[in-house]
Amino acid sequence: MGVLLLSILILSMVLSGCKKDRPTLYVYNWGDYIDESILGEFEKETGIKVVYDTFATNEDMYVKIKSGGSSYDVIFPSDYMVTRMLEEDMLEKIDLSQITNHKYLEENLMGTEYDPKNEYTLPYMWGTMGILYNTTMVDEVVDSWDILWDPKYTKEILMLDSQRDSIGAALLKLGYSINTLNLQELAEAADLLKKQKPLVLAYVVDEGKDKMVAGEAALALTWSGEAAYARSENPDLAYAIPKEGTNIWFDVMAIPKGANNIEGALKFMDFLNRPEIALRNAEYTGYATPNSAAKAMLPEEIRNDRGSYPEEQDLVNTEVFVNLGSTLRDYDRIWTEVKAY
Amino acid sequence: MKRNLTMIPYLVWMSLFVIIPMLLIVYYAFTVTTPEGTTWTLENFSRFFEPIYLRVLWRSVALALVCTLICLFIGYPVAMIMAGNAFTRKNVVMLLFIVPMWMNFLLRTYAWLTILERNGFLNVFFSTIGLPQMNILYTNTAVVLGMVYNFLPFMVLPIYSVLSKIDKGVIEAAGDLGANSFQVFMRVIFPLSLPGVVSGITMVFMPALTTFVISRLLGGGQFTLIGNLIEQQFLVVGNWGFGSAISMVMIVVILLSMAVMSFFEDEDKEATLW
Repeated sequence: MGVLLLSILILSMVLSGCKKDRPTLYVYNWGDYIDESILGEFEKETGIKVVYDTFATNEDMYVKIKSGGSSYDVIFPSDYMVTRMLEEDMLEKIDLSQITNHKYLEENLMGTEYDPKNEYTLPYMWGTMGILYNTTMVDEVVDSWDILWDPKYTKEILMLDSQRDSIGAALLKLGYSINTLNLQELAEAADLLKKQKPLVLAYVVDEGKDKMVAGEAALALTWSGEAAYARSENPDLAYAIPKEGTNIWFDVMAIPKGANNIEGALKFMDFLNRPEIALRNAEYTGYATPNSAAKAMLPEEIRNDRGSYPEEQDLVNTEVFVNLGSTLRDYDRIWTEVKAY
Repeated sequence: MKRNLTMIPYLVWMSLFVIIPMLLIVYYAFTVTTPEGTTWTLENFSRFFEPIYLRVLWRSVALALVCTLICLFIGYPVAMIMAGNAFTRKNVVMLLFIVPMWMNFLLRTYAWLTILERNGFLNVFFSTIGLPQMNILYTNTAVVLGMVYNFLPFMVLPIYSVLSKIDKGVIEAAGDLGANSFQVFMRVIFPLSLPGVVSGITMVFMPALTTFVISRLLGGGQFTLIGNLIEQQFLVVGNWGFGSAISMVMIVVILLSMAVMSFFEDEDKEATLW
């Protein structure tokens, strides 16, 4: 046993011995969510080396940060994950005086539920959930969640294989909050989703946009950024935000507790908020930027596209996802029931 | 002493990556953590035995069984042809089975998505030769197809490796003693190849039972299998206790199926993949 401990000790010494002298910034972002040439420019300007890793879901990111095995300096969680991480005291406060470029961030996209005083996060991208549809297959006006329950489109509907989003659509159709903790309302949503199942072609995540581009389905529940990509690939596609309201989401920048290079992290966040840098990221990803100066520089047809940059009247009934605590288990049970139905 | 020293890397490896993770799973499965603290419980297991989760288990076992049977019925003849004397292009066929395995598993499964879709390769081909179109994608059939495609080599190779080692003299002797080819197969070849069949069945059944990628991609997420359920508990819900409990149930199911299998296995003739 002694030898065993010794070898573990040696192993961990070898692994931790790889420290570098040059200041290094560890960034953890969503895959394909930044124009990577920007990282090189930041390195050249500041002399800080950037180590850039990516994740596929908030949950992957959370597990990695929570386990403490790796220390990142800047992370990009979504709104509800921010709530969870704040509840578990996992985020550092941000010194806004170090980020002069935050003045470009749009006022109405700041101070949202997950971080009311903007103490811990700055928005990076934002968007909505809505219906992506193929205008050659759908003749009527798409303005309500009801169309996802219309038997006319049997086996022509793609739903998201994502509990909160698909259950959310059902709750919105029923006129309830997407953050409901009321089990009766959830049971009604479950019944609705079970009723919808025969109409659904598939529950998809990433491959949904490709299926819509290929004309495999008429309607899909999707996010605005995915929809922007799909519409650029296939001009027959259109995106609508239903009148009952929808989910508005934010991916934000934050500094996790235990970060080694907070100074570098603040510089990086300031850098990303420069209008010309934010513009390049918005153009590269196709998602909507919260940076008003960057938005003003976007081509007119993008800036005025209500799918990507909805007007205030489109966002009347929108809600941010909040962390559900233990009720998340009931959402999970419902989702399993629907999928196993 | 020397033997002990050479075993250290193995022991370190096993304890770090097998024993400690297993103990963690057992720990999580039997505990529940609330703000008041962690307590021992059987709640995670009792939840699993609710009808909706049992239905998921049943569907997983049924699909895995179907996949294993199809693999056996396709794989055994292929292995026999490859092992036969008359067949001279063994290496080529062997290569054809192995080369696709060098490609990423996820990539191969994604390829089926474009082959099977409504305007996909298969349907375009069917309509050019005048056959009706089919919608296979996002059905049980697609899931089984994907499983068979991915796991077939694991059935063929162990059976082939056992068949090719059978002493040809035994088969000739059976013929000399008056057995026809059917009797030779039933009474000599098949019993001698059982270890390969057993290891083939185990190597197909286990991954088929626990897969979650194939069912999600080709089943369009409509067919929750046990693998999806476990993944969901760890990554989405964060209910590690329930996820661990399902994992333990799976370990028991797999141990049971291995026990049944080893009942048929001949002790001296260990079948291996290669």
